Amino acid sequence: MSKTYDYVPEPALVKGNHDFSSINSLITDINLRPTPKGWYIAFGLSNILLLVLLGSIAYLIWEGTGIWGLNQPVGWGWAIINFVWWVGIGHAGTLISAILFLFRQDWRTAINRFAEAMTIFAVMCAGIFPAIHVGRIWVIYWVFPIPNSMAMWPNFNSPLLWDVFAVSTYFTVSLLFWYVGLVPDFATLRDRIKSKFGKIAYGIAALGWRGSNRHWWNYEKAYMILAGLATPLVLSVHTIVSFDFAVSIIPGWHTTIFPPYFVAGAVFSGFAMVLTLMIICRKIYGLEDIMTDDHIEKMNLIILVTGSMVGFAYLMEFFIAWYGQVEYEKAIFIIRATGPYAWAYWIMITCNVLSPQFFWSKKLRRNVAFTFFISIVVNIGMWFERFVITVSSLSTDYLPSSWGYFSPTIWDVLTYVGTFGLFFTFFLLFLRFMPMVAVAELKGAMPQADPHNYDPETRDYAPQEIEIPEPNKESV
Amino acid sequence: MSTESSENKLYGILAEVRNPKELIDIARTVNKNGYKKYDTFSPFPIHGIDKAMSLQKSKLGWIVLSHGLIGLTGALSMIYFMMVYDYPLNISGKSLMNVPAWIPVTFELTILLSAFGAVFGMFFLNGLPKLNHPLFSSENFKKATNDGFFICIEADDPQFDPEKVQHLLSVAGATNIEEIHDDA
Repeated sequence: MSKTYDYVPEPALVKGNHDFSSINSLITDINLRPTPKGWYIAFGLSNILLLVLLGSIAYLIWEGTGIWGLNQPVGWGWAIINFVWWVGIGHAGTLISAILFLFRQDWRTAINRFAEAMTIFAVMCAGIFPAIHVGRIWVIYWVFPIPNSMAMWPNFNSPLLWDVFAVSTYFTVSLLFWYVGLVPDFATLRDRIKSKFGKIAYGIAALGWRGSNRHWWNYEKAYMILAGLATPLVLSVHTIVSFDFAVSIIPGWHTTIFPPYFVAGAVFSGFAMVLTLMIICRKIYGLEDIMTDDHIEKMNLIILVTGSMVGFAYLMEFFIAWYGQVEYEKAIFIIRATGPYAWAYWIMITCNVLSPQFFWSKKLRRNVAFTFFISIVVNIGMWFERFVITVSSLSTDYLPSSWGYFSPTIWDVLTYVGTFGLFFTFFLLFLRFMPMVAVAELKGAMPQADPHNYDPETRDYAPQEIEIPEPNKESV
Repeated sequence: MSTESSENKLYGILAEVRNPKELIDIARTVNKNGYKKYDTFSPFPIHGIDKAMSLQKSKLGWIVLSHGLIGLTGALSMIYFMMVYDYPLNISGKSLMNVPAWIPVTFELTILLSAFGAVFGMFFLNGLPKLNHPLFSSENFKKATNDGFFICIEADDPQFDPEKVQHLLSVAGATNIEEIHDDA
């Protein structure tokens, strides 16, 4: 009988001929060598955008939310769209660091640090919008259960309040998770850096970490528990974000599919953002040995899966609108596809449903330039998804006499563009001062880290041979 | 920094091995020889070293559980106090004890407190943060965060005898054996 099977080995996580020390240098040298000129240019540009953000927020506080394009009936505009968009992007970081960790996907080690940083900065950008959109920002503390002069408490029955707790918990836990991962790598930098100031700064950040295996023992436990906590957390956060819509009675919002649909969309856009950033950074910093084409392929597969889930959710919305036989529900979906915002709807369908389908082709999945292009297209599409959901449902609700068209003002645009300044300012600081790959975790995922890959006698590195058993002839 | 380091109290004896396999082997040897106060150091956690060192199961799970329970009960009692007891709001005649609507906040606070327990509990169990440690006086030990694998038998160990320890470590194949002194 001819051989009907093939052994396909898992691709090596680290390409090239690396040992622990060379990986260590490859990543931490980026933090130790002098700041490249290009970094200053990028940082300067980000700072300009950050100033744009601060300026538009200042003007908003001075003048009020009237500077935005909000009207009746569209009382929720770009602020909520941008909030959901940024939070969604953040979710990929937690998915990579927590869920893929629980599934023992070792390839995550190349990108988890990076993606977690993206999560934190994206949630910061997201958090700005609900904070500034309230109009009277000086009483924003009313959203927290803090005693105030009215002797009133926030309403715990409201999804908007759930959102406050969900997003602030999410930010705090992500930050802790990120920091726990960073501690051993700060210790690495502390032991390598020459400058006195650097030694003190990294020394404080490393908390006196010395790589003790008694410490690692608790550390790994903590890391696993955090991953186990972050997994339901990340799912809950976007579920609760979707409750902001689904718990209301606006047509097109009041649907039970929203939580899973929002979570899938969040992961979809987040992976696209990770890819966008990763493809640029691995090129600039020469990390192709660590963030390999295999990583890009795996992430593209996730984009394909979640993109198809999002596409399926779009279909189901239409089906349920028809099947549920509620006139308003039916009407809103027809209006979405054919009405005044049809242009946005079809941008959304093209970017989110059609574009990831190219990744059925292995060749395209492994094409870096094409992936980069699609990753940006996906994030444009996901922005339009939130736009379609928010604006189309509000602008054409129950009473046709109150229908109106929404147009953003320059301040909507500037505030949104400005958040990129905030994001990239922090991201560039991260790239400059922190190891952008989890060095300790990456070393632990290398074959040299496994004591079984050593010869028992000479105790030299000798990877285990993989034996491929012949198939059982009877059962074939 | 004292120049008469030999007069300072001996902290322990540090030795280096080449790779994770050797570290596990030497940890097993030291453990089998009855040493209790020793530690191994590596740039990343090593699979199976817990067995070689006979490490007890981490207590962290209990810390996290207790924090999680505080979060759970704390959140429920806070919401009950605010929504039912202190300032009841009649919203379209709905029940004040609207427990299903409290689930999201309760869940988030449970997760938040558990995460605090996990992170700060882990640092607490590890005795961190720590401003300094005798091992940091060794220049060679800097490799422990790069590609070095170390074992240190501490002078506090009841059966500690510098010569025996040095002999044991060198027979087991360790190199760069050095005495570590407290800087006090």
